[in-house]
Amino acid sequence: MLKDIINEIFSAEMLSLVWKGLLETLYMSLVSTAVAYAIGLPVGMLLLVTDPDGVKPNKTINTTVGAVVNFLRSVPFLILMVAVMPLSRLIVGTTIGAKATIVSLVIASAPYVARMVESSAKEVDRGVIEASLSMGASTMQIMCKVILPEAMPSLIYGAAISSTTILGYTAMAGAVGGGGLGAIAINYGYHRKETVIMWLMVVILVLIVQVFQEIGSFIAKKCDKRIG
Amino acid sequence: MANNPIIKIESLSKTFGSGETAVTALDDINLSIYPGEIFGIIGLSGAGKSTLVRCMNLLERPTAGRVIFDGSDITSLSDKELRKVRQSIGMIFQSFNLLMQRTALDNVCFSLEIAGVPKKEAKKRARELLETVGLADKEKAYPSQLSGGQKQRVAIARALATNPKVLLCDEATSALDPTTTQSILELIKELNQKTGVTVIIITHEMKVIEQICHRVAIIDKSRIEEVGMVQDVFRQPKTQATKKLIFTNGDSNEEFAGKGRYLRLVFDGSQTDRPVIANMVLKCGEPVSIAFAKTKMISGKMYGHMLLELPENPEIVKKIKAYLDSEDITYEEERYDA
Repeated sequence: MLKDIINEIFSAEMLSLVWKGLLETLYMSLVSTAVAYAIGLPVGMLLLVTDPDGVKPNKTINTTVGAVVNFLRSVPFLILMVAVMPLSRLIVGTTIGAKATIVSLVIASAPYVARMVESSAKEVDRGVIEASLSMGASTMQIMCKVILPEAMPSLIYGAAISSTTILGYTAMAGAVGGGGLGAIAINYGYHRKETVIMWLMVVILVLIVQVFQEIGSFIAKKCDKRIG
Repeated sequence: MANNPIIKIESLSKTFGSGETAVTALDDINLSIYPGEIFGIIGLSGAGKSTLVRCMNLLERPTAGRVIFDGSDITSLSDKELRKVRQSIGMIFQSFNLLMQRTALDNVCFSLEIAGVPKKEAKKRARELLETVGLADKEKAYPSQLSGGQKQRVAIARALATNPKVLLCDEATSALDPTTTQSILELIKELNQKTGVTVIIITHEMKVIEQICHRVAIIDKSRIEEVGMVQDVFRQPKTQATKKLIFTNGDSNEEFAGKGRYLRLVFDGSQTDRPVIANMVLKCGEPVSIAFAKTKMISGKMYGHMLLELPENPEIVKKIKAYLDSEDITYEEERYDA
């Protein structure tokens, strides 16, 4: 009995399936994280500087961008994913598989990333920003030379958290044809009642989260010069 | 001081908030600060002194009035022009405000980067400045590895890297211990003498003013109470706010709590090398007791005040006063009931 299970799991066919799923999952989460940061980082910084207490307060921009971010964050991911299918078709030409999932992952996570970035950047001491202003720094210089470098350790911690959250989303995407480990877990574990396969996927996902988090913490600690 | 002021403040007011909750931080301030001087602004916390210094480089926008820097009104400049002007006004802070993720050298380079100085040149200049402030061996250290005094030295180097005309010091020594305060003030004085940079010092500590300022403005309840040479303001404080600051330095524990008639003698640095009280006792033939005294040395001269308990006999009181007049000592009779 046990032998059968082991044989089934570690059959060449199954192994290559899991391997393919693992690569897909990593591909989806890493690419989505990268694109989500490409969008979320500037948006987060925009929210920060246009804040009433920011370097360049602007109520209109702050409220508008803030409202869009909040709206996207409040739509449940599963629903958002179905809703953006037409957009996925437009951008990547398909509504299923890893590529299509990336589109919805980015839309779901960019606003989340923006808030993460905003909250990390807010930790930068107001006095340091004031000192930079007193030296004649422009808003752009303050963002690039002061806020981002000073907030770097916190931003990296945030990136580790964001990437693991996005990893969680990829598993959910498996339910609607998203591919990756999540799809294997659903197809084999749920539809075919092969519980062992499902748990195996869960274990792999847990391990990936651990690895992402550890790498993030390690880099953040490494680059933080505040601890003498 | 016949030359034009480097900073001139004209009928400047600042109100925070509006309507019923509005708080007036500064009320009709007029001040002229001249090139090369070390100008102190002293007041108790909440008096508005920090807001005043922040109005000088427009970190805080005044509600009304003008700030004239080196001949031009900076309140009417565009953002871009203002940024340029700010490069000629250095500033240091109570909490140092260094970039925690940069080394000491890169912190000094920062102000030069903002001013658009090429990297190589900036590094060279930054090294010179670290040398000047006595931290040549700490260029690779991060702020977290430096002591408070060392951090303020880096901040001074950073503020002076672009050769500003004015250095604003916002409670720059308030977070430091007395010995470190002393050494930072010495450094500021030295830089003032060497480079001619005008220094404006905001503080609540009388000893900072005594030690390095040429002129002082006393600010109390959002208004300038008094402006003058440090020794003049010390010798004859005109207003109650000044007296309170000078005689008690804001510390009410030092307030005298006796009862009766007293004579307050004020020493202005010219007569204390003579044994004034001893001579007085000999001359008037009446022993007096000193109820309270507070004197201090400022630039090698003695300043301060002393409370003498007055004898009952009006004749002797007259004699004492005549003696003090002849010795050119300022005094004031005071009566305490409590």
